[in-house]
Amino acid sequence: MLHIVNKSAAERSSLESCLRMATKGSAVLLIEDAVYAATNGNAAAAKIQAAAADLKIYALGPDLAARGMAGRVLDGVNVVDYGGFVDLVAEHSNCQSWL
Amino acid sequence: MQFGILVNEGPYTHQASDTAYLFARSAIEKGHTVPRVFFYHDGVNNSTRLATPPQDDRNVSARWSKLAADHGVDLVVCVAAAQRRGINDDVLAPGFRISGLGQLVEMGIQYDRLVTFGD
Amino acid sequence: MSDMDDMDDGSGVVKKFLFLNRKAPHGTVYALEGLEVVLITAAFDQDVSMVFTDDGVFQLMKGIDSKGIEVKDFSKTYRALEGYDIEKLYVDQASMDARGLTEDDLIVDVTVLSVDEMANLMAEQDVVISF
Repeated sequence: MLHIVNKSAAERSSLESCLRMATKGSAVLLIEDAVYAATNGNAAAAKIQAAAADLKIYALGPDLAARGMAGRVLDGVNVVDYGGFVDLVAEHSNCQSWL
Repeated sequence: MQFGILVNEGPYTHQASDTAYLFARSAIEKGHTVPRVFFYHDGVNNSTRLATPPQDDRNVSARWSKLAADHGVDLVVCVAAAQRRGINDDVLAPGFRISGLGQLVEMGIQYDRLVTFGD
Repeated sequence: MSDMDDMDDGSGVVKKFLFLNRKAPHGTVYALEGLEVVLITAAFDQDVSMVFTDDGVFQLMKGIDSKGIEVKDFSKTYRALEGYDIEKLYVDQASMDARGLTEDDLIVDVTVLSVDEMANLMAEQDVVISF
């Protein structure tokens, strides 16, 4: 399954709930304000890095750049563009948005 | 592949509508089809032709209309959500139509993927 | 119970639909308008589950009285779901525990799942609609 999270982990519990529920081998794509969690020094970074052991973590590049975060992405997080976003949805048989 | 898109939020206040649009456009560029986009909750507000945003920024309603014109995307606004929010046929931008929630369910049944964009 | 015409899309395709409810009622519109989608989906003979997790479990509380906030009370509609053959309502134990709730606090019968059970349920769906 592809899980899509769009809110900052500091604002909303959606990332936390997603990571709790995503089954091993799933993918998690961070978009919009959720991308902050995938950046160095963010309070959610440890959670993301721990999750990366069992899940494939992606972040949407244009959203990182729009927030001045393009140069601060955590190791192990895969940056994709909108085309990559489309590919992720196509490659996974189902997807779920955590709003 | 056929992608369905659900937009739960209105223009400008949330990024949802922008992300949905860019996703749709990308999917089409990659050779997929986006037969329908369904607008629910405040998403119905994407459909108004009355918006006059500043010229130096994107016009959210207009670019949905252009996507519909260029690629045949069916832009459907939920009737119940529209009625609550004062969207009727008189204010719709080109390419949008008002219909029932059944149109959303059909997308789930018929298309390969259904992606929700919201708050 | 339903006075809706059969809205089957005619294809005979049956997919697993899961409706994800994570928000409390009344603070936002998502609980009410989400429920309206589920009621319409009932006419399409699909395999429908509703999941209530995080603050979504609050949608199912007994004793809701919205007169004071002058907002339509839709809580009884959850009891009508069974009549529409929408019977698969799931909550997760952890969300209930974190909110001091038990099944006795809820207005309908639900199946309480562990985190792993709920995760597996979500993973096996064809379509997940989030509000």
